[in-house]
Amino acid sequence: MTVETKLALTEQDVRSYSTAKQEPSWFAEYRVQALQAAEHLPMPTPDKTKIINWNFTNFPVHTVESKPFASLTELPEEVKSIVTDEQKSVYIQRNNTPAYLQVSDELTAQGVIFTDISTAIREHGELVKKYFMTNGVKTDEHKLASLHAALVNGGVFVYVPKNVELVEPIQVVFLHDDAQASLFNHTIVVADTNSSVTYVENYLSTVPEGSGIVNIISEVFAEDNAHITYGAVDVLASGITTYVNRRGIVNRNARIDWALGLMNDGYTISENVTHLVGDGSYGDTKMVTVGRGKQKQNFTTKIIHWGKHSEGHILKHGVMKDEASSIFNGIGKIEHGATKSNAVQESRVLMLNEKARGDANPILLIDEDDVTAGHAASVGRVDPLQLYYLMSRGISKQNAERLVIHGFLAPVVNVLPIEGVKKQLTEVIERKVR
Amino acid sequence: MSTLVIQDLHVAIDGKEILKGLNLTLNTNEIHAIMGPNGTGKSTLASAIMGHPKYEVTSGSVTLDGEDVLEMEVDERAQAGLFLAMQYPSEITGVTNADFLRSAMNSRREEGDEISIMKFIRELDSKMEYLEMDQDMAQRYLNEGFSGGEKKRNEILQLMMIQPKFAILDEIDSGLDIDALKVVSKGINQMRGEGFGCLIITHYQRLLNYITPDKVHVMMQGRVVKSGGPELAHKLEAEGYDWIKEELGIEDETVGQEA
Repeated sequence: MTVETKLALTEQDVRSYSTAKQEPSWFAEYRVQALQAAEHLPMPTPDKTKIINWNFTNFPVHTVESKPFASLTELPEEVKSIVTDEQKSVYIQRNNTPAYLQVSDELTAQGVIFTDISTAIREHGELVKKYFMTNGVKTDEHKLASLHAALVNGGVFVYVPKNVELVEPIQVVFLHDDAQASLFNHTIVVADTNSSVTYVENYLSTVPEGSGIVNIISEVFAEDNAHITYGAVDVLASGITTYVNRRGIVNRNARIDWALGLMNDGYTISENVTHLVGDGSYGDTKMVTVGRGKQKQNFTTKIIHWGKHSEGHILKHGVMKDEASSIFNGIGKIEHGATKSNAVQESRVLMLNEKARGDANPILLIDEDDVTAGHAASVGRVDPLQLYYLMSRGISKQNAERLVIHGFLAPVVNVLPIEGVKKQLTEVIERKVR
Repeated sequence: MSTLVIQDLHVAIDGKEILKGLNLTLNTNEIHAIMGPNGTGKSTLASAIMGHPKYEVTSGSVTLDGEDVLEMEVDERAQAGLFLAMQYPSEITGVTNADFLRSAMNSRREEGDEISIMKFIRELDSKMEYLEMDQDMAQRYLNEGFSGGEKKRNEILQLMMIQPKFAILDEIDSGLDIDALKVVSKGINQMRGEGFGCLIITHYQRLLNYITPDKVHVMMQGRVVKSGGPELAHKLEAEGYDWIKEELGIEDETVGQEA
């Protein structure tokens, strides 16, 4: 099926944006091809969610100009609380503008590349060419992927060279403080052989309502024996329809750990796929969300086992209140030949109101005999006996519920690697469930 | 002195009447034991007093210093001074024992007057040591993966931290080995005194070797059928319950039967 969509931007618009960004010609051509493809490619089809009336393509402007920050002291309070003084390597993007970059001596000395995507395209062309939508997400997967490639207007590039083990986390904040802004951010994190890195990003709206759209793709590559810990907390305002695709490629004996706090207030399609390509590779996905209002969301987490002895774990906990409705698709797929692999997943949804909806769909697709797999799923309400127990110690019903909910979401909150981000997620949860 | 008065209490679960007119008065500075064979309504009494959602009080009253307990929400009952050490405490993932206890203690204080973290930790440490609990249990999730004995100790820890006026201990001794039983008894005995009253529900005389009750009540068919001093417990241990049944003309002591 092909769907013709009249896109807001023309080839000329895309070329002139590319020129203004001083991009090399290969990238300009890349954008143009992607734009052409976007016109006829079909939309993605998230299982069990109809997105036909969702707005993924109309937005007021492609880019907005924002003022950069001269120092961390200029940051708005909401961002200051996330980025603490101890944080040595931090990048802040304000709407579509690279607004602040601080790279620690440790990173520089060890040859780590940590920069905005636009600079990376100009200055590290070969590396970007190798990883940008080649082995991870491909432009022709669907309309939103190709549209993304055509319209990229932000993002980060992180490259950790061989044998470099970073102790300090790398932090990125995507500040959304212009209601008009749309984000087409592309993030690439590469940990080369035997290296390790912890990367944490925040999407943070400080405007109550947005009129733009968000189409984000992250591609995360753990080369042989590398380890990436990828934390994300998304807190985008209502009114914004978000498509977020975070994909990992895990090579031999490598590992990716995801900790995702998906706290958007708008309609959201979140896709998180990890390919366990190498033998002995390991993927761990932990995800939490709180839905409220009339929000509709779809969370698809998938781990695909290609390598032998690969190990995949998915844990998703969601809280739904008001009339929010969410689909939780968890997929463990073991390809033929991935012997001795193990696919485990757990999805739990807690509903706080009569009209809230949450569907947990655990799926195991197994094409190999010599494997182990397991899944657990539940959808339910706060256990009245737990509330009774807590209340019998004097704790009010409201606080008892609060404790149970925080406890329910703790498995992800607790593993977020940056204290400030952990605290922020706790506060967002607090605000959303109140 | 505070007084807990239970009068003509009738309680049903799923429409089936379990307590059939129970009367009991407990003062602070007293420890009472409720004994009786299985299925006579002992645990129902404990749950009904605390306000377990499954138990329905069909008639009768429970008052604490004249205040109607049955009108109160569960948390209000606790705030009023009641505590129930449960037979099967809930496990709550993601909530550490310490956070839970601090919330419980702060729920009794005004906003802005919360217990200081240092003071809380000092108190918690010393009480856990007293109960011979591993210090790491403070940071473990509430009752999650606790052994039976650890759960019981943890109930007593809460009792000692919260310091209620009245504690009901629902089979606190079941499943405990002798060492754990001694520790749990030590905790309860430390609470004993002015301003504290306790109702110990048990099948066995064993616990009462370590905690001497002021009064002993025997429950059958959903009500108290005999009361006495500590010597009653000894007699039950030695002779069982048959002599009471004989004395009262009861054939089947469980709640399904009418006298």
